[in-house]
Amino acid sequence: MNWDFIWKYLPMYGEAALLTVKIGLAGIGIAIPVGFFCAVIQYFKVALLRRIVSVYIEISRNTPLLIQLFFIYYALPKIGIPTNPSVCGVAGLAFLGGSYMAEAFRSGLEAVETVQMESALSLGLKRGQALLYVILPQAVSVSVPAFVANIIFLLKETSVFSAVSLMDLMFTAKDLIGQYYKTTESLFMLVVFYMIILLPVSILGSVLERRVRRAGFGS
Amino acid sequence: MADELLTAEHLVKRFDDNTVLDDVSLSVKKGEVIVVVGPSGCGKSTLLRCLNALEPIQGGKITLDGEAVVYGSKNLAAIRQKIGMVFQSYDLFPHLSVLDNILLAPVKAQKRKKDEAAAEAMKLLERVGLADKAKSFPRQLSGGQKQRVAIVRALCMHPVMMLFDEVTAALDPEMVREVLDVMLNLAKQGMTMIIVTHEMQFAKAIADRVVFLENGEIIEDTDPNTFFEHPQTERAKQFLNIFSFERSKKDEKN
Repeated sequence: MNWDFIWKYLPMYGEAALLTVKIGLAGIGIAIPVGFFCAVIQYFKVALLRRIVSVYIEISRNTPLLIQLFFIYYALPKIGIPTNPSVCGVAGLAFLGGSYMAEAFRSGLEAVETVQMESALSLGLKRGQALLYVILPQAVSVSVPAFVANIIFLLKETSVFSAVSLMDLMFTAKDLIGQYYKTTESLFMLVVFYMIILLPVSILGSVLERRVRRAGFGS
Repeated sequence: MADELLTAEHLVKRFDDNTVLDDVSLSVKKGEVIVVVGPSGCGKSTLLRCLNALEPIQGGKITLDGEAVVYGSKNLAAIRQKIGMVFQSYDLFPHLSVLDNILLAPVKAQKRKKDEAAAEAMKLLERVGLADKAKSFPRQLSGGQKQRVAIVRALCMHPVMMLFDEVTAALDPEMVREVLDVMLNLAKQGMTMIIVTHEMQFAKAIADRVVFLENGEIIEDTDPNTFFEHPQTERAKQFLNIFSFERSKKDEKN
């Protein structure tokens, strides 16, 4: 192991990691509301929109992110929508993540018993109020584990971004291997940096799960 | 006819091909306590759920206090505020404390001041003996306590009538009593109620009128004395026999 080499290229990895995190957060930041709205549309069985949502979810979940990225990167400009690597990365992650988040929220919503909605309605609350004050708080607590798992999954998926020439961690590692043949060092740093990004998320996630459970939900 | 609070005329309710309510008509006067009895699956619960439009109906008309109750209509939330409903399964909101359970609808739906509603909630909790549980969460309560809170939660909306859907069916015998006592008190205070129950002794004690429902049709609608002592139809006699048989068996054991 050449520690001088590692030391020298550490800042480069740092920058790449920052880019990975930025694109990851932006993508996930969009995926969460997208998933939320899709889940609510399915929960309330909104006519037409519900069909569109389920088609989107099936396409998104049953195609690899790499293919989705290529599609966004190469196909969209052909129909007049310009893209660049960053936009492409964020859009791809949001497209993939939206469906996974939708499924996480939907399972949470469906876990809340129907009598909860009915008793809220029979108290005279409007459907929106019942959703906001009664169903969602319970649903969110149920979906937290799936939600955290999705965030980790999506952050890991960022490793395919290099395919659309985004200078992320994977791109940097491949670049260094190609230039200097320092395979061990480059991959070692790649692993370390992914751990640095993901480990705190995992730990935070399990703390969150425990807190939600301790709050006394789901008796 | 002027003092009729709720009328249901020729209700028809179908789930696909299955007719659950078949031309059911029922009217409730102000202050009247109606007990609905009948074998399982006869449509008792469905009838209650149709009355506050939790279920769409395929025919007939429901009127509360002069207003039509229509599934999916714009003013449904306002109408439902006038009808308190308590379910068989504990329908308290598990993520809210007892007090917040009670205050949610008065504050969010009726836009009442939280202090004022809380003061009333505490008074009602006191009346059912649960003032010390205001800060507890539903999972910390027994089944009977949960149902009493559910009743208070409905009462805090100042409903003009209450619907009780087998509220003691999931409770231990000792807890049944404490819930039934709350309902008896309500009846004494003149609350209009429709009660679905399998507690025949209780039905006898509380009812002004007993409605016997079978296969989605009302086959007896009479005063409790007539119903329990001199049922008119063969089917009602059979039904009541089941209960007396069960009782004598328990007597032997004791």
